[in-house]
Amino acid sequence: MGLEKFKDRNVGIQQYKVVEHEAFPKSNAQKFARVMKRMVKGELFVGLWVTLRTMYQALFQDDMHTVKYPFEKLPISPRYRAIHEMLRLLESGHYRCIGCGLCEKICISDCIKIDTKYDENQRKEVTEYTINFGRCIFCGYCAEVCPELAIVHGGRYETSSQQRASFSIFEDMLTPIDALSSQKEYPGFGAVSPNADDNIKKTPLAY
Amino acid sequence: MSEITIKIDGREYKTQEGEYILNAARANDVFIPAICYLTRCSPTLACRICLVEADGKQVYACNAKVKEGMEVTVSTPNILKERRAIMEVYDVNHPLQCGVCDKSGECELQNYTLEIGVDSQSYSIPDTKRENTNWSSVLHYDAGLCIVCERCTTVCKDMIGDAAIKTGARGGEKLSKEAKDSMPKDAYAMWNKLQKSIIVPSNGTEHTNCSDCGECTAVCPVGALVSRDFVYSSNAWELERVPATCAHCSSGCQIYYEKKHTSIANPDEKIYRVTNEWNFVSLCGAGRFGYDFQNDVEGKDVEAFEQAINAFKKADTIKFNSAITNEEAFMLQLLKEKLGVKLINHDAKAFKDFLDSYSKASGSSLYGSDFREVMKSDFVISVGASLRNDNPNARYAFNNVQKMNKGAGLYFHPVGDMLVPTFGKSVEVFNHKVGQEEAVLYLILDLFGDKDKLPVQTKDYLASFHKTVKKTIKEKVMESVTSTVVDKETGESKEVTKKVPKMVDKEVEVDENGLVSILGGSDNFAETFEKMMKKKENFSLIIGEDLYFHPRARNLSRLVALIEDVCDMNLVMIPPRTNSLGVAMICNLDEEESGYIVGYNEHGHFRLGARGFSKLDIPALNQQEGTFVTMNKVVVPTNPALEYKGYELNDILNEFDIGLDETIDFTPKLARFDGFKDIEFDDLPNGYTNTGKENRGYIIDNISVEKQAVSVVEFNDSIVLEGEIAYRCNPQRQFNDFTDKSHQINEEFALYVSPSKAQTLEEEVEVEFDKDTTLKLKVVVDDRIDGDIVLVPDFKSHQNIYSIFGKDRYKTVTIKKG
Repeated sequence: MGLEKFKDRNVGIQQYKVVEHEAFPKSNAQKFARVMKRMVKGELFVGLWVTLRTMYQALFQDDMHTVKYPFEKLPISPRYRAIHEMLRLLESGHYRCIGCGLCEKICISDCIKIDTKYDENQRKEVTEYTINFGRCIFCGYCAEVCPELAIVHGGRYETSSQQRASFSIFEDMLTPIDALSSQKEYPGFGAVSPNADDNIKKTPLAY
Repeated sequence: MSEITIKIDGREYKTQEGEYILNAARANDVFIPAICYLTRCSPTLACRICLVEADGKQVYACNAKVKEGMEVTVSTPNILKERRAIMEVYDVNHPLQCGVCDKSGECELQNYTLEIGVDSQSYSIPDTKRENTNWSSVLHYDAGLCIVCERCTTVCKDMIGDAAIKTGARGGEKLSKEAKDSMPKDAYAMWNKLQKSIIVPSNGTEHTNCSDCGECTAVCPVGALVSRDFVYSSNAWELERVPATCAHCSSGCQIYYEKKHTSIANPDEKIYRVTNEWNFVSLCGAGRFGYDFQNDVEGKDVEAFEQAINAFKKADTIKFNSAITNEEAFMLQLLKEKLGVKLINHDAKAFKDFLDSYSKASGSSLYGSDFREVMKSDFVISVGASLRNDNPNARYAFNNVQKMNKGAGLYFHPVGDMLVPTFGKSVEVFNHKVGQEEAVLYLILDLFGDKDKLPVQTKDYLASFHKTVKKTIKEKVMESVTSTVVDKETGESKEVTKKVPKMVDKEVEVDENGLVSILGGSDNFAETFEKMMKKKENFSLIIGEDLYFHPRARNLSRLVALIEDVCDMNLVMIPPRTNSLGVAMICNLDEEESGYIVGYNEHGHFRLGARGFSKLDIPALNQQEGTFVTMNKVVVPTNPALEYKGYELNDILNEFDIGLDETIDFTPKLARFDGFKDIEFDDLPNGYTNTGKENRGYIIDNISVEKQAVSVVEFNDSIVLEGEIAYRCNPQRQFNDFTDKSHQINEEFALYVSPSKAQTLEEEVEVEFDKDTTLKLKVVVDDRIDGDIVLVPDFKSHQNIYSIFGKDRYKTVTIKKG
């Protein structure tokens, strides 16, 4: 397609349809005549019939179109950024977070804090992890930077609370250990792209 | 050394003759990649990444010296290929969990991998299991992360002098033949070495026997060596760096306190570690690990403050030590002027007296040189300093001279030391008797002095020790031996004369130096000394605390002045404590304490202190700004790392109407004292330039004073101590109450003895100084001490050790069963 079409700025003669309508009433007598004509025509009952029919379908024929929030919720896009979730490793059940602190570093509203220590298994243990949801702007950088896909955005979007204590700590966000089997891999922000294998060079291994 | 011009990548740069290409480039802001090289240490040649082309030849920039007109190319296609291969090899089997590594964010392996653009790997080899180990109470070694650049071993040997770690066998698989054929040459050689080695303690055990200075953790480019306390506690990028000056000894090393909040629950700031500019300054264990000595107070204690004001009003004496800033010393001096109290400071008083007497004899206010000059010299002498304990930087300088300048050293000290002789082949140790320090200085005069410049009396006195004795020595002579040999082929017999070496006894006349034998030197010292003196041009003399605390300190100071005058030596003195030099220059100190004593960080009737067990709290040295005078005669600034909520000395001065708004307002006012300058605190720099030039504070000028005609007197044996002797000396890493408070420094307050002496002692003993003074101490073996003298530490001020020892550093004692 060429650009000629876009360069033609004469909008009046393009493929627009002109709506046919009566001439607007000019005198008061003409206006009065139009009102009277519409009243007698009974168009009001046409609209009323549509309403009654839908009401009948919803009440007696089980054809309801509204979502009963908060009892029902619509599915949201995987790319939606709601309250964070911390995932576990599927095999061991151990939390995926390695305590690298990249989420803390990248957080632009400075709401993530992490404490780590050297544990008895010579690993870096996360002793404390908090996100201050009062400050969080749900930008998704933490999920994107996480090298372990440990912190992701979940679907919980009701974030109002009466006190700060109800905002999450590590344990609240972590997949419950008994729900491990239902833990889903996150397809949203920071997830591995479907064609990731094509984009990396493989490292030779000697074992 | 003269200035020359070289060309790097076509641009002209000026540099010093004899400099390595790498250092010349760095000084001129030209980047040449290098991993294993450390400034001030010998080139290790482990990484080979600093490969450059100089005058058409490939050389290693860390190892090749610049020449006039040299043309250096940093990168050629071949060099780029080598560098890329080297970095790929470093990444082989290096764990990729950078997220959990403590070095992440300041890792040189990360940086160079990115800089050289390694985005794929072409090499591989099966990995070897390498275990994590703890080498000592502070050192943690993760062998899996180690790239064997050997910076740790190099710094430990060349700078620290412990040589406590070395490369050991890794047990890795051999490289394949294909690798050798297919790889760039230098990359292969580097990999071959890397695959064979790992770092291990050099004493063959699992633990290092060293001074725990932690310099190896500072120089490590990766996360292999980290202090045990810091492991996994914080990421590098979270820490805020506060440039400061170490508060523990008179070296006044530049350090950075690195701090952040304590934890999520506790927002108060905490120091996580101390780092240094390891290319230009080396820390000791106290500086690196003794940082958490802050005085945590809740707020201003009004009641205690009022008590303190009253105490000052009725005080006769203010007693303090030299672990204070110049500003505090100045304020104490102002209090003295206002209130007419006496100022008592044991360490600074002895040092000040020594300095005063020295300057009268020499005509200059301060000693003529500093430790940077000592580092450049090639012959260094240490008198009256227990180098290992008194001042780590003096020891590093002594060691560095041996390793880097092909130097020689003389170490005079009554306490035997196992470490000092290992610094170099040309180190001669004299373990003389206590009290013979004058004889030592006479020997130095005799060995190095220009005899014509000496006063006649001294010259004659020195000559009186020399005797010419006949001695039988074995000498090698070439002897001609004639023998008859029959030629096998022709059958002719021939006479052949050969020269054969033969040892014969020969009687020669030798000049015997009586001073050497008085000081317990070896019989063949004359020969050894002759060897030591070969090709030596630049001499240094380090004077230590033993000489200030000496019954004949005055005569010693005159002798020191005389040596500086006639021997052409760099003279340096080690001030006993952090800021003894500053205090000596600022305060008008008194001799004897009397009446009601206010102790400032010291023992007294009313105590102000930063150690927590005082009536009124004052800020510790990591909580206040101010300046110190280092042993290099530089006024250096220090900044507060942590908040302090209580009262400080300036508040007390304000009560007496002599205070200023801020403590640092006193800094320019120091100019009142000779040597100090009228410079605002905020204008004092605190850093190093790329060339390694110290850009910190300002240097105190040596002022010439009126020279008085003084004469040195002869020594005699009346002050020589015999029997059981105690020496006032701190263990390594302990200097004062503050190092003691730090949780990573655990050397206890005990009697330190040599292994042989320990066998004659119980586990706990009572040391009796006189009838009324005894100390009950645990016996701790320090296997680097030799001989029978026992060491009594003085780092706990409330033990009042300075008062027990008085004006001496050695005392005869009786050691009883505890």
